[in-house]
Amino acid sequence: MSEERMQPLQSSLRVQELIYGLRISEVMTNKVFAVSRNCTMRDVRIIMKENAISGVPVVDNKRVVGIVTMNDLMNALEKGRMDDCVILWMAGEVQTLAEDMPLSFAISAFGKFPFRQFPIVNKKNELVGIITFRNINLALIRELSRQLREMENQQENPADENSLALVKVYQLHRYDFENGGKASSEIKRYLKERGISSKLIRRVAVASYELEINLVAHSIGGMLGFDITKDRVKISSHDRGPGIEDVDKAMTEGFSTANEWIRSQGFGAGMGLPNVKRVSDEFAIKSSVGMGTMVQAIIYLNSEEKNEDQRA
Amino acid sequence: MKISELESEIGFECLQAEYEDAVLSGGYTSDLLSDVMANAEEGSVLVTIQAHKNTVAVASLTGVAAIVFCNNRPVGEEVIDAASQEGIAVFLTGDSQFLATAAIARHLEQ
Repeated sequence: MSEERMQPLQSSLRVQELIYGLRISEVMTNKVFAVSRNCTMRDVRIIMKENAISGVPVVDNKRVVGIVTMNDLMNALEKGRMDDCVILWMAGEVQTLAEDMPLSFAISAFGKFPFRQFPIVNKKNELVGIITFRNINLALIRELSRQLREMENQQENPADENSLALVKVYQLHRYDFENGGKASSEIKRYLKERGISSKLIRRVAVASYELEINLVAHSIGGMLGFDITKDRVKISSHDRGPGIEDVDKAMTEGFSTANEWIRSQGFGAGMGLPNVKRVSDEFAIKSSVGMGTMVQAIIYLNSEEKNEDQRA
Repeated sequence: MKISELESEIGFECLQAEYEDAVLSGGYTSDLLSDVMANAEEGSVLVTIQAHKNTVAVASLTGVAAIVFCNNRPVGEEVIDAASQEGIAVFLTGDSQFLATAAIARHLEQ
């Protein structure tokens, strides 16, 4: 198993798994310097200079109403208008991100928008942090060194051959029904060879196959990751978009956005996500339009108890 | 009833005979693969018109032992190849899903 983990392809995929596994809240800067509407550009200049930052959100009652960047500051400076209120110079249309989004959403946002920082808000839409590329780099370095240490430990104390432990990531492409199902078959075989009961294997297979087909049928592409320990199978599905508009609806049995072609393939009955939830012991979904969808399903290997026929 | 009796007793045409002949645990009729995924039993026969590779994948993952394709739907070679790799029996009939299901159900009761 340790050999497999050392393969360069698998390890670079671990970086991907990592950016999906981390939450924005774990990576962002918590200490945010913000100003209110009636502060001047001169105030902002002092804050930026003293704290070596490149953007300051403008807030009104904890809500983000704008952001002043280095660029805005230079424009004001050039025109000799440093005593103007920030509202005259700030960018009013601010793209914020939610603190509980996976880090991958933030990375897509940096690719999609020209901004160098994004204010982070909580569920109440209040400013709680700010994220820059620097935060992301630091977090990745930190996590990668941690994983490297783990891998070194593993090499020193290799797991025995019958061990269940496996980390594996599959890439899936839009409309590639030809290969949809491959990952599930491989994982099914893997678990069968290790003597896992057919009931449990079936639950893993259902969750993994539905997620695989979802990636192929509905996303523009993504990955399906398996993290197996002796206690559980964790399946994570991540895609790059388009994102689900109404997650509650998507979780409703019978609701489907599938087109005719997908239906002609035998899919699009609106049972995919409900099926995954039904067979999983733990289930979580997070989606944002334009950024992607993340689904995580966990199936415990020591509890055959969950009755598959029980409708969620 | 045993899988082979789908041919010998009911008269479905066997397209893929590399399988282990066993007693069928039951049957399920559906063209929606997620529905099959959720409800088909291990060791059962699936009656469907959905004649493509995904059907074989779903059958394999759920442990369906035999597939009957109805209405004489054309069955591609890739479907047969996939089924033979998985050891799943494949049959073809001109009957509709309704008639095929009824015929199987009669024999299952015996």
